[in-house]
Amino acid sequence: MSTAIAAAGPSAYWYLTRSSGAVALVLLTLALVLGIVDVGRWSTERWPRFVIDALHRNASLLALAFLSLHILTAVLDSFAPISLLNAVVPFTGSYRPFWLGLGALSFDLILAVIITSLLRRRMGHATWRTIHWLTYASWPIALLHGLGTGSDVKATWMLVIGIGCLVATVAAVLVRISLGWPDRLAQRGAALGGATVFTLGLLLWLPGGPLGNEWARRSGTPTNLLPHTTSHASSSAASQGANR
Amino acid sequence: MTVSERIQAPQLIDETAVPQGGESTKPPASGLPRLLEGVPAQGAMGLREHLDTHGELPPARRRDRRGAGALIDQIEQSGLGGRGGAGFPMARKMRAVAAGKGKPIVVVNATEGEPASLKDRTLLETLPHLVLDGAVLAARAIGADEAILCVCESADMGLARAQQAISERERLPGQWPRIVLASCPQGYVVGQESALVNHLNGGPPKPTFTPPMPFEKGVRRRPTLVNNAETLAHVALIARHGARWFRELGLTDQPGSTLVTLSGPLAYPGVYEVEFGASLTSLVEAAGGTNKRIRAALFGGYAGVWVDGGALSKLALSSAHLKPYGATLGAGVVLLLSEEACPIAETARVTRWLAGQSAGQCGPCVHGLDALSGTLEQIMHGTEGSHATERVEQLVGLVSRRGACGHPDGTVRFAMSALEVFDSELADHARHGRCDACARPSELPLPARMPSATRTPTAG
Amino acid sequence: MAEKVRVNPITCEAHGMCAELLPERITLDEWGYPIVDDRALSPELVSHAQRAAQACPTFALLVERERRR
Repeated sequence: MSTAIAAAGPSAYWYLTRSSGAVALVLLTLALVLGIVDVGRWSTERWPRFVIDALHRNASLLALAFLSLHILTAVLDSFAPISLLNAVVPFTGSYRPFWLGLGALSFDLILAVIITSLLRRRMGHATWRTIHWLTYASWPIALLHGLGTGSDVKATWMLVIGIGCLVATVAAVLVRISLGWPDRLAQRGAALGGATVFTLGLLLWLPGGPLGNEWARRSGTPTNLLPHTTSHASSSAASQGANR
Repeated sequence: MTVSERIQAPQLIDETAVPQGGESTKPPASGLPRLLEGVPAQGAMGLREHLDTHGELPPARRRDRRGAGALIDQIEQSGLGGRGGAGFPMARKMRAVAAGKGKPIVVVNATEGEPASLKDRTLLETLPHLVLDGAVLAARAIGADEAILCVCESADMGLARAQQAISERERLPGQWPRIVLASCPQGYVVGQESALVNHLNGGPPKPTFTPPMPFEKGVRRRPTLVNNAETLAHVALIARHGARWFRELGLTDQPGSTLVTLSGPLAYPGVYEVEFGASLTSLVEAAGGTNKRIRAALFGGYAGVWVDGGALSKLALSSAHLKPYGATLGAGVVLLLSEEACPIAETARVTRWLAGQSAGQCGPCVHGLDALSGTLEQIMHGTEGSHATERVEQLVGLVSRRGACGHPDGTVRFAMSALEVFDSELADHARHGRCDACARPSELPLPARMPSATRTPTAG
Repeated sequence: MAEKVRVNPITCEAHGMCAELLPERITLDEWGYPIVDDRALSPELVSHAQRAAQACPTFALLVERERRR
């Protein structure tokens, strides 16, 4: 059945996994940005503090829902050999192992953050807070995963989303720094430096990386899935492969 | 017995007096000195001399329930209250700790974070065995197996002499319970009961808010008796001479003697032992009188209250006598401020220091005391406009009882009383800004480090 | 046995949600920290107080039974 669907065009799962991945990235960015600027204690009549806080929490939960869909559909899709294990244990796959592995890593971190937040009453506040800082790691890893694994990375809409999320996050970091967080000047300098290095690194890497030639091969796509190495027998799969 | 009948000139001892010769065990004196009996002019009183002066301790018998109960009864009848500032009834505290779950532990608070107080350091440096006796007796009475003596880490001499005294006792057999010396960071709030316990449990030396209270679960989750060093020194004497003897001095509602640190422009500022109810005038006379005119006196330390100089001749040293002025003795601190000082500048400086001493845990304290300091500094410079007093009153309301400890409450009380007592200087600063006296060297002491109480003579 | 609200001033970080969710008992001072009216909570207010306590990110707001001394 799946081969028949494959023969007809890219599977529904493939579209679902890409779109849910993009939506998850946007929602994660929203949750992260709200968390970063929380120190500003911003609120209006229409947007009181408890609503903004609820937005932060709900965005992260919704992101988890879309992430789950993203993982499930990636596993179910027959094009790329991704097992459930690959999706949660980093760097174990055969399909773009490093870039997919980043996604698994990011998912694990996000899961840890969300679970501890749901159980936060049972742990000390200091413990909860320390684990919560993992979000600062999970987000860039998710972004890199999307850029490295994603088949839409060269599409304008995907680039706009990705760059948009990056801009929003960096802006949030700048706002937080300007409000005097963290306490010490050296720490704020480090935060600013880290954000700058990441952004510049990313922008320098993109043209020669995912936006460059033969990224599918260079990123670790199994050779039998690459367009010019397939045999005539699966030429329809090959034409799909060329579109990915 | 009314207060006025008991105001009498006490027999005070000057801390620099020559000690009397080594006499064998003598009957307890009917007057003063008591704690300061035989205080050496130099060095600490050794164990042998201490036992000769005050008498031997009753022998230690473990599981002596009757003996333990008898001591607490004596302390209850004596009416001994804490000497750390709160005056809490000692017997009640001991019973509460003894009734707790687990083996109790005793903490002796000799950290003395109040800059204007020298009495606890004096006890450690000259009469450490009084404090150690009291610690041991209290520990036996409540069933504790350990007493921790807490001393400020920068009080070098106090630490050294305390360690010496502990070692002296350890050389003798039958010393029980054991006494351990603990060095604590320097800071105004470090001596707060829960902060001290927090530090001893390995945490920061900052007050805690969540239950349980130290008397239920304190050091190592055990019921903890935290007492000021002087309180325990009194226990050492009550155990020997009894409750009735203790009550021969002082007032019905506030019996016994107490140590007072008297400072300011005096011939002999220092630590004195007075009976409750003694007149301030008699204390000042014992200190050789003042060498400048006095503008006001600060009672209770930097969390205390100012009283105008004109009222001082009527004052006696007791809670009942100071209450109409809103003041207490606190940890036995009386600071005299001369007319040469600028009380506004002095208050502003001390308030700023107090703001810096905040543990930094509670928003209202951190922000409120900073705002208060800023307002006082503006008052000093005459830049605040006409609403400074209202602003201070507002801050008093905003800050009181909104922290985890009493530090902000004490600071605003201190500042508010200054603005009330020094109203003429306040008006003067409002009109003319800084006065000539603002630039004078400060009279109110603030620590860089904690100096020895007895090594250097205090300024006269 | 009435209930009332109390704030743990050490854990409080002035997020300000409590004042939004229980304005009947909590207002914010000029620095954003809660000023608590410790009058007893009427029955209708108890659920609001519990919601406010749940919303506090640092669990600084406490809903407590009045302790009889």
